[in-house]
Amino acid sequence: MSKHPVRILIAKPGLDGHDRGAKVIARMLRDAGMEVIYTGLRQTPEMIAEAALQEDVDLVGLSILSGAHTSLVPRIREKMNECGLEAIPLLLGGIIPQDDYESMQAYGVASIFGPGTRADAIVSEIETIVSKSKQ
Amino acid sequence: MVAQLTRSLLEGDRPALARALTRIENHDERAREIIASIFPATGNARIIGITGAPGTGKSTLVNEWVKVIRAEGEPVAILAIDPSSPITGGAIMGDRVRMQEHAGDAGVYIRSMASRGKLGGLANATRDAIRVLDAAGFPYILLETVGTGQSEVDVAQLAHTTIVVEAPGLGDEVQAIKAGLLEIADIVVLNKADRPGAAQTLRSLQQMLALGSSRMEADGITHHTGDHGVNMTAEKKPGDAAVWIPPIIQTVAREGDGVEELWQLVKSHIEYLQVANHMVDWNRRQLAQELKERLENQWLERFRWHMNGQAFQQQVDRLAEGSIDPFTAVDELLNHTLAEVLESSTALTGTHKGGGAR
Ligand SMILES: Nc1nc2c(ncn2[C@@H]2O[C@H](COP(=O)(O)OP(=O)(O)OP(=O)(O)O)[C@@H](O)[C@H]2O)c(=O)[nH]1
Ligand SMILES: [Mg+2]
Repeated sequence: MSKHPVRILIAKPGLDGHDRGAKVIARMLRDAGMEVIYTGLRQTPEMIAEAALQEDVDLVGLSILSGAHTSLVPRIREKMNECGLEAIPLLLGGIIPQDDYESMQAYGVASIFGPGTRADAIVSEIETIVSKSKQ
Repeated sequence: MVAQLTRSLLEGDRPALARALTRIENHDERAREIIASIFPATGNARIIGITGAPGTGKSTLVNEWVKVIRAEGEPVAILAIDPSSPITGGAIMGDRVRMQEHAGDAGVYIRSMASRGKLGGLANATRDAIRVLDAAGFPYILLETVGTGQSEVDVAQLAHTTIVVEAPGLGDEVQAIKAGLLEIADIVVLNKADRPGAAQTLRSLQQMLALGSSRMEADGITHHTGDHGVNMTAEKKPGDAAVWIPPIIQTVAREGDGVEELWQLVKSHIEYLQVANHMVDWNRRQLAQELKERLENQWLERFRWHMNGQAFQQQVDRLAEGSIDPFTAVDELLNHTLAEVLESSTALTGTHKGGGAR
């Protein structure tokens, strides 16, 4: 039937205390007509998984600048799976080495956006992912 | 599928609850079936509205309050409503930021909802979302809305108890909002009482509230129509059990100060509603209002659907030719559309009967 706005959770896991990037992304997605649930800084894997469950989001965007993605992403995926959210794709924003892309995909990371990725590219990528995962 | 979903929902299953709320938000066809099957299980929750200008500390207050309610062992649900952008339809919902520490507590459920700016749709979607949370077994539902305009005021009125949160130093431009919001308050919270200017804000709030209640008294005395609600106002005396005078309480939400006291005040307001049998009146008023809104919306929707048809274009043609005047054009169109609407609703009831056998 009618098209509904994409619902996306934006979270900043890990201990570093800057969420400016995450907020910029949140605003950008709002301006593209999406409903962004913003959870803020220092999110534990449990907080992220629970918020994703309660908010029934289409996807979860993680902003990770600290290089801690190799430890954070598997733990977040695990908690999400425990909540029955195996099908919910993850998005990664931040500086992720090319070598890690493949291993990240294994945890259901559908896309990785490095610094300087253009807004329209992010938006259209998200729309593609959501329409695929809803099939 | 809906039967399975509602069964799980009634058992308090969280994924089912989350999905049901999405269906409500999306005005999914199944939303209607969900509400129909849970309706008998609703009406038990106490709904507490928290509204106020942006940034007054509503979410911080709710977070601290949830701790107090949880300490008593009661489950609690939070529904936080934020405005959608009228231009893009998008929204940023950030109320959770202040409430994330409740992760891992199965007795707390938090949901953010964008207003999606539909005509009359927000109040109805909110009503249904509240019903879903109610049916899932939450005895308390805290409804956070940003008080900026009319639709938020409507939503705030869905609560048994409406709390208006103020803060010092908001400036003149919010004075008008304040005055409008104060009218719907059952309890006024002056949050950020640690901030400079709190004493002054307290005084001005007290003045505004005093003005409001004396206006109400004057109203009650002038209209003696015998109407129940008005009579209640006429008999209004401080200390009278049948009268609730909105109290003001100061809080420092960030420290949790005053939150216990606020909870006690809310409890006594709930008691007041129950003791004086106001709850029964309140429920009837709410249901009447809902029925009216849904009826209006349905009429509008159906008329709109028929409005772009051939008959409409014909009338435009005739108006353009000058062979008909606008009033007659409207009358004819109304009769025509009404007939069409009636015809299609019989068809609709027919399908529902056929397909609903489950
Ligand atoms: N000084 C002081 N600051 C407070 C208090 N309560 C909340 N704040 C701060 O006020 C800011 C806004 O708090 P929120 O709880 O997000 O306010 P809100 O009313 O929910 O905001 P919106 O949902 O955006 O309208 C935050 O920076 C809080 O830390 C308080 O009692 N004292
Ligand atoms: Mg808030």
